Amino acid sequence: MDIRVQYDPFDLGQMANEFAMRQSGMGAIVTFTGIVRDVAGGLDLMEIEHYPGMTEAALTQIAQEAVARFSLGDVLIIHRHGPLRPDDLIMMVATAAPHRAAAFEGADFLMDYLKSRAPFWKKEITREGAGWVAAKDGDEAALKRW
Amino acid sequence: MDVLYFAWVRERIGRPKDVLETQAATVMDLIEELRVREVRYEAAFADLTAIRVAVDQELTDFDAPLANAREVAFFPPMTGG
Repeated sequence: MDIRVQYDPFDLGQMANEFAMRQSGMGAIVTFTGIVRDVAGGLDLMEIEHYPGMTEAALTQIAQEAVARFSLGDVLIIHRHGPLRPDDLIMMVATAAPHRAAAFEGADFLMDYLKSRAPFWKKEITREGAGWVAAKDGDEAALKRW
Repeated sequence: MDVLYFAWVRERIGRPKDVLETQAATVMDLIEELRVREVRYEAAFADLTAIRVAVDQELTDFDAPLANAREVAFFPPMTGG
Protein backbone atom coordinates (compact mmCIF):
# COMPACT_ATOMS: atom_id res chain seq x y z
CA MET A 1 0.00 0.00 0.00
CA ASP A 2 1.29 3.41 -0.92
CA ILE A 3 -0.44 6.58 0.36
CA ARG A 4 0.89 9.98 -0.62
CA VAL A 5 -0.45 13.41 0.30
CA GLN A 6 1.66 15.96 -1.49
CA TYR A 7 1.94 19.55 -2.63
CA ASP A 8 3.96 18.69 -5.72
CA PRO A 9 2.50 17.49 -9.03
CA PHE A 10 2.84 13.83 -10.01
CA ASP A 11 3.44 12.07 -13.30
CA LEU A 12 0.40 9.85 -13.94
CA GLY A 13 2.19 7.62 -16.46
CA GLN A 14 5.21 7.13 -14.25
CA MET A 15 3.10 6.42 -11.15
CA ALA A 16 0.90 3.92 -13.03
CA ASN A 17 3.96 2.22 -14.51
CA GLU A 18 5.81 1.95 -11.24
CA PHE A 19 2.67 0.58 -9.59
CA ALA A 20 2.27 -2.03 -12.34
CA MET A 21 5.94 -3.00 -12.26
CA ARG A 22 5.93 -3.83 -8.58
CA GLN A 23 3.00 -6.28 -8.80
CA SER A 24 3.29 -9.98 -9.24
CA GLY A 25 0.46 -12.43 -10.00
CA MET A 26 -2.04 -9.59 -10.49
CA GLY A 27 -4.13 -9.92 -13.66
CA ALA A 28 -5.73 -6.49 -13.47
CA ILE A 29 -4.81 -2.91 -12.63
CA VAL A 30 -7.34 -0.08 -12.60
CA THR A 31 -6.39 3.58 -12.26
CA PHE A 32 -8.62 6.58 -11.71
CA THR A 33 -7.45 10.19 -12.01
CA GLY A 34 -9.27 13.30 -10.81
CA ILE A 35 -8.66 16.54 -12.72
CA VAL A 36 -9.49 20.17 -11.92
CA ARG A 37 -12.49 21.18 -14.02
CA ASP A 38 -13.53 24.74 -14.80
CA VAL A 39 -17.27 24.10 -14.58
CA ALA A 40 -18.71 27.61 -14.86
CA GLY A 41 -15.82 29.28 -16.72
CA GLY A 42 -13.43 31.78 -15.18
CA LEU A 43 -11.77 29.45 -12.65
CA ASP A 44 -8.32 30.78 -11.82
CA LEU A 45 -7.35 28.44 -9.00
CA MET A 46 -8.65 25.55 -6.99
CA GLU A 47 -7.12 25.65 -3.54
CA ILE A 48 -7.14 22.31 -1.73
CA GLU A 49 -6.89 22.40 2.04
CA HIS A 50 -6.40 19.30 4.18
CA TYR A 51 -5.89 18.16 7.76
CA PRO A 52 -2.28 16.98 8.04
CA GLY A 53 -2.06 13.81 10.08
CA MET A 54 -5.73 12.91 9.87
CA THR A 55 -5.61 12.89 6.06
CA GLU A 56 -2.91 10.22 5.93
CA ALA A 57 -4.64 8.19 8.67
CA ALA A 58 -8.05 8.37 6.95
CA LEU A 59 -6.62 7.42 3.54
CA THR A 60 -4.73 4.49 5.07
CA GLN A 61 -7.91 3.29 6.77
CA ILE A 62 -9.91 3.57 3.54
CA ALA A 63 -7.20 1.71 1.60
CA GLN A 64 -7.03 -1.07 4.20
CA GLU A 65 -10.79 -1.47 4.04
CA ALA A 66 -10.65 -1.71 0.22
CA VAL A 67 -7.87 -4.31 0.35
CA ALA A 68 -9.83 -6.43 2.84
CA ARG A 69 -13.20 -6.17 1.06
CA PHE A 70 -12.07 -6.81 -2.49
CA SER A 71 -8.97 -8.94 -1.79
CA LEU A 72 -6.80 -6.41 -3.59
CA GLY A 73 -3.12 -7.14 -4.05
CA ASP A 74 -2.13 -3.49 -3.73
CA VAL A 75 -3.46 0.07 -3.55
CA LEU A 76 -1.90 3.41 -4.45
CA ILE A 77 -3.47 6.75 -3.48
CA ILE A 78 -1.92 10.10 -4.38
CA HIS A 79 -3.78 13.30 -3.42
CA ARG A 80 -2.43 16.80 -3.89
CA HIS A 81 -3.08 19.89 -1.80
CA GLY A 82 -2.35 23.57 -2.36
CA PRO A 83 -3.26 25.77 -5.34
CA LEU A 84 -4.16 23.94 -8.55
CA ARG A 85 -5.13 25.23 -11.98
CA PRO A 86 -7.79 23.96 -14.42
CA ASP A 87 -6.69 20.68 -16.03
CA ASP A 88 -4.14 19.94 -13.29
CA LEU A 89 -4.25 16.43 -11.86
CA ILE A 90 -5.67 16.51 -8.33
CA MET A 91 -5.36 12.91 -7.35
CA MET A 92 -5.16 9.30 -8.49
CA VAL A 93 -5.92 5.87 -7.17
CA ALA A 94 -4.65 2.56 -8.51
CA THR A 95 -5.79 -0.92 -7.53
CA ALA A 96 -4.27 -4.29 -8.37
CA ALA A 97 -6.21 -7.56 -8.19
CA PRO A 98 -6.12 -11.01 -9.76
CA HIS A 99 -9.26 -10.18 -11.82
CA ARG A 100 -10.74 -6.96 -13.20
CA ALA A 101 -14.06 -6.96 -11.29
CA ALA A 102 -12.29 -6.59 -7.96
CA ALA A 103 -9.87 -3.98 -9.33
CA PHE A 104 -12.74 -1.85 -10.71
CA GLU A 105 -14.89 -2.23 -7.61
CA GLY A 106 -11.95 -1.49 -5.35
CA ALA A 107 -11.19 1.75 -7.21
CA ASP A 108 -14.88 2.75 -7.15
CA PHE A 109 -15.07 2.10 -3.40
CA LEU A 110 -11.89 4.10 -2.79
CA MET A 111 -13.26 7.07 -4.70
CA ASP A 112 -16.64 7.05 -2.92
CA TYR A 113 -14.96 7.03 0.48
CA LEU A 114 -12.25 9.47 -0.48
CA LYS A 115 -14.91 12.01 -1.54
CA SER A 116 -16.62 12.29 1.82
CA ARG A 117 -14.42 10.59 4.43
CA ALA A 118 -10.96 12.04 3.73
CA PRO A 119 -10.43 15.54 5.19
CA PHE A 120 -9.92 17.62 2.05
CA TRP A 121 -11.77 20.82 1.18
CA LYS A 122 -11.81 22.59 -2.18
CA LYS A 123 -12.03 26.32 -2.64
CA GLU A 124 -12.64 27.81 -6.08
CA ILE A 125 -11.09 31.16 -6.82
CA THR A 126 -12.53 32.99 -9.82
CA ARG A 127 -12.31 36.57 -11.06
CA GLU A 128 -15.63 37.25 -9.30
CA GLY A 129 -14.48 35.94 -5.94
CA ALA A 130 -13.86 32.79 -3.97
CA GLY A 131 -16.13 30.06 -2.65
CA TRP A 132 -15.89 26.68 -0.97
CA VAL A 133 -17.13 23.72 -2.98
CA ALA A 134 -20.13 22.21 -1.16
CA ALA A 135 -20.40 18.48 -0.63
CA LYS A 136 -23.16 16.92 -2.72
CA ASP A 137 -25.98 14.89 -1.16
CA GLY A 138 -25.09 12.19 -3.66
CA ASP A 139 -21.59 11.86 -2.18
CA GLU A 140 -22.98 10.69 1.14
CA ALA A 141 -25.65 8.55 -0.54
CA ALA A 142 -22.93 6.84 -2.62
CA LEU A 143 -21.48 5.28 0.54
CA LYS A 144 -24.71 3.42 1.21
CA ARG A 145 -24.25 1.12 -1.77
CA TRP A 146 -21.17 -0.48 -0.15
CA MET B 1 -6.75 20.93 24.36
CA ASP B 2 -6.05 21.93 20.78
CA VAL B 3 -9.14 22.96 18.81
CA LEU B 4 -8.57 23.13 15.06
CA TYR B 5 -10.70 24.73 12.35
CA PHE B 6 -10.62 24.05 8.63
CA ALA B 7 -12.04 25.55 5.44
CA TRP B 8 -14.90 28.07 5.94
CA VAL B 9 -15.09 27.26 9.66
CA ARG B 10 -11.49 28.53 9.94
CA GLU B 11 -12.33 31.58 7.83
CA ARG B 12 -15.42 32.46 9.85
CA ILE B 13 -13.59 32.15 13.16
CA GLY B 14 -10.58 33.91 11.73
CA ARG B 15 -7.90 31.56 13.02
CA PRO B 16 -6.80 27.97 12.44
CA LYS B 17 -6.43 26.92 16.06
CA ASP B 18 -7.28 27.65 19.69
CA VAL B 19 -5.54 26.14 22.68
CA LEU B 20 -8.16 25.83 25.43
CA GLU B 21 -8.53 24.76 29.02
CA THR B 22 -11.95 23.18 29.05
CA GLN B 23 -14.11 21.01 31.28
CA ALA B 24 -16.44 20.17 28.39
CA ALA B 25 -17.58 16.56 28.71
CA THR B 26 -18.71 16.16 25.12
CA VAL B 27 -18.18 17.76 21.72
CA MET B 28 -21.58 19.47 22.08
CA ASP B 29 -20.53 20.99 25.43
CA LEU B 30 -17.40 22.34 23.75
CA ILE B 31 -19.47 23.85 20.93
CA GLU B 32 -21.71 25.58 23.51
CA GLU B 33 -18.59 26.96 25.22
CA LEU B 34 -17.20 28.25 21.92
CA ARG B 35 -20.53 29.77 20.82
CA VAL B 36 -20.65 32.18 23.75
CA ARG B 37 -17.04 33.30 23.33
CA GLU B 38 -17.53 35.72 20.48
CA VAL B 39 -19.95 36.49 17.67
CA ARG B 40 -17.66 34.94 15.05
CA TYR B 41 -17.75 31.59 16.88
CA GLU B 42 -21.52 31.83 17.13
CA ALA B 43 -21.62 32.47 13.37
CA ALA B 44 -19.35 29.52 12.60
CA PHE B 45 -21.47 27.14 14.69
CA ALA B 46 -24.87 28.59 13.71
CA ASP B 47 -25.86 25.61 11.56
CA LEU B 48 -24.54 22.35 12.99
CA THR B 49 -25.87 20.30 10.08
CA ALA B 50 -23.02 21.90 8.10
CA ILE B 51 -20.34 20.97 10.64
CA ARG B 52 -18.36 17.75 11.02
CA VAL B 53 -16.09 16.91 13.94
CA ALA B 54 -13.01 14.77 14.54
CA VAL B 55 -11.65 13.92 17.99
CA ASP B 56 -7.98 12.97 17.97
CA GLN B 57 -8.16 12.77 14.17
CA GLU B 58 -11.08 10.30 14.08
CA LEU B 59 -14.46 11.38 12.66
CA THR B 60 -17.13 11.24 15.32
CA ASP B 61 -20.46 12.73 16.50
CA PHE B 62 -21.41 15.73 18.61
CA ASP B 63 -22.25 13.52 21.58
CA ALA B 64 -18.76 11.99 21.63
CA PRO B 65 -17.02 12.25 25.03
CA LEU B 66 -13.92 14.44 25.34
CA ALA B 67 -12.28 12.67 28.27
CA ASN B 68 -8.52 12.52 27.54
CA ALA B 69 -8.97 14.08 24.09
CA ARG B 70 -5.94 16.09 22.96
CA GLU B 71 -7.23 17.47 19.69
CA VAL B 72 -10.70 18.37 18.40
CA ALA B 73 -11.25 19.60 14.85
CA PHE B 74 -14.31 21.28 13.31
CA PHE B 75 -14.83 21.51 9.56
CA PRO B 76 -17.47 21.41 6.80
CA PRO B 77 -18.41 18.18 4.99
CA MET B 78 -15.33 16.95 3.16
CA THR B 79 -14.85 17.31 -0.59
CA GLY B 80 -11.95 15.08 -1.56
CA GLY B 81 -11.28 13.33 -4.85
